[in-house]
Amino acid sequence: MRIRLAGISRSFDGASVLRGIDFDDEVTTLAIIGPSGGGKSTLLRILGGLLPASAGTVEVDGEEVPADEAALARYRSSLGFVFQDGGLFHHLSARENIALPLRAVHGMTEAEAAARADELLGRFGLAGEGDKRPAQLSGGQRQRVAIARAVAPRPKMLLLDEPTSALDPEYTTEVLDLLRDLKEEGTRFIAVTHEMGFAHHACDAVAFLCQGTLMEYGPSEELFTAPKTPELKRFLGKLLEWSV
Amino acid sequence: MTNPFVAERGVRPRAWQLALSYLLVAAALVGFFWLSLSMVGVALDFSFVAEYRARILDGLALTLGISVGSLLLSLAIGLPVAVGQGSRILPVRCLCDVYVKIIRGTPLLAQIYLFFYIVGTAWGVENRLVAGIVILSVFSGAYIAEIVRGSLTSLDAGQLEAARAVGFTRAQTLRYVVAPQLVSRTLPALTGQFASIVKDSSLLSVIAVIELTQTMQEISAATFNLFGTYLFLAGLYLCLTLPLMFVSRYFERRLSYAH
Repeated sequence: MRIRLAGISRSFDGASVLRGIDFDDEVTTLAIIGPSGGGKSTLLRILGGLLPASAGTVEVDGEEVPADEAALARYRSSLGFVFQDGGLFHHLSARENIALPLRAVHGMTEAEAAARADELLGRFGLAGEGDKRPAQLSGGQRQRVAIARAVAPRPKMLLLDEPTSALDPEYTTEVLDLLRDLKEEGTRFIAVTHEMGFAHHACDAVAFLCQGTLMEYGPSEELFTAPKTPELKRFLGKLLEWSV
Repeated sequence: MTNPFVAERGVRPRAWQLALSYLLVAAALVGFFWLSLSMVGVALDFSFVAEYRARILDGLALTLGISVGSLLLSLAIGLPVAVGQGSRILPVRCLCDVYVKIIRGTPLLAQIYLFFYIVGTAWGVENRLVAGIVILSVFSGAYIAEIVRGSLTSLDAGQLEAARAVGFTRAQTLRYVVAPQLVSRTLPALTGQFASIVKDSSLLSVIAVIELTQTMQEISAATFNLFGTYLFLAGLYLCLTLPLMFVSRYFERRLSYAH
C-alpha cells in the first residue's frame, strides 16, 4: 500500500506535536518507534482518519484521505484499528464486539457475521470465550479480541497503537506472536510500539519519530544495526541498558 | 458453622441470612412503634379501611396515574436538559443550568404553590390534575437531567474513538454505543427517581388533587382516626416504592458490565 504524507503538522492548543512529516513509500509492515511524546500516536490517528492534521495531506494508494464525515467513516471502515487498551465496547460480548461492525458497517447478515466472529475467536485461541464481556477477559485475551475485530472485515491495513504496552510480559508475547502470524499470512500493518524486538524482527521497515519529526526511516535491519542520527543511537542505547 | 449475622464485604450473603436479619430489623422496628404507641396510649384502629375502600382505591389509582404521567413527562424534560447543559450555545447551556439549580435548590411545596397559584392562574391552567402532573414533572425533570448528565460525562472517550475506528457513523455510534451504555448507567437511578415521584406526588394534596394522601386526609378528618389513617397511608406508599427500589437494585446488578 502506497502511503504519501506531505508536510503533516499537528498542534494541540498551540503546542506543536508533529512538525512537517514527509513520507512516500510502499508500506507492508511498518513500526513507528521513538520516545514518548514524540507524536507517534498522533501520526497514527491522522493516518487512520481519526484526527485531522493541522496542515498537510495524507494520500493512500494515490487517494487523499477525505475530510467530510461520511466519507471518513467509509475510509476508517477500510482499516482495522487496535488501541492500547483494546477499545472494545464494554457492554458487548467478545463475539458481538466482532460481529456488530460486520453487520452494521460491512453489511453482513447475522449468520455470516457470527460465523466470521467465531472463526476468528477459534483461530486466536479464544473459542469458548465468545460470550464473555471485555471485563471478564484477561488483558491478553482482550487485545486478541481487539485484533480479531480489526481483521474481521479483511481491512487493507491494520493500525496498531501500542497494542502491548498495557499488558504484562506473558500477555505481550501472546499478542506479538499473533501479529507475527498475521504478517506471515500477508496482513499489512503499521504499529506504534515500544517492543524493539518486535519492530526489529517482525516489521519490514521502521520509522523513528522524535520531537515531532521523522528523523530516520528505512528497512528495520538497517536502522537497528546502523542507526545514523545521534538521537536514534541514544534512544536505542538507552533501551539496551536494561535488556538481557 | 457460619455466623448467620456476618457476611464479608463484597460477598453476597445467603438468602436465609438476609431473611433472618431483615426479620430481626422488622421485629425491632415494630416493637419500637408498638412501645411508643402504648406509651402515648393510642390504640390503632383500621376499621375505616373496609368502609372507605372504594375511595382509597381511587386515590391509589390516581397516585399511580400521576406518577406514571409525571415520569414520562419528566423524562421528556430531563433528557434534552441534560444534553442542553453541554450545549455549545451558551444561553441554552445557562438556561438548562439555571433550571436545574433553581428546581433542585427549592422545596417542592413552594414550587407547587407558586406555579399553581401564580403561573397556573396567569396562564389559565384550571385543571388541578394537569397542573399537578406538570409541576411534578418540572420538579423531577431537573433530577433526571442530573442523572443523565452524570452518565453522559462518564462515557469513556475511548469508546467513542473505538466507535469511529470501526467505521460507525454518528447515528450508529449513538445507537450501538452511546444509547446502550447510557441506559445501563441510568436505569437503576431512574427507577429510584420513579419511587421518589410516587412519594413526592403526595404533596399535590395541598392543591386539592384527590390522590392517595388527600384521600387519607379526608378520611382522617371524617373519622378522627389520625394515627390509623397515616400509618396505613405510609404502608401503602411503601407497597408502591419498595418494589421499585428492589427493581432498581436488580437493574444495577443486571446491567453492570464492569465485572
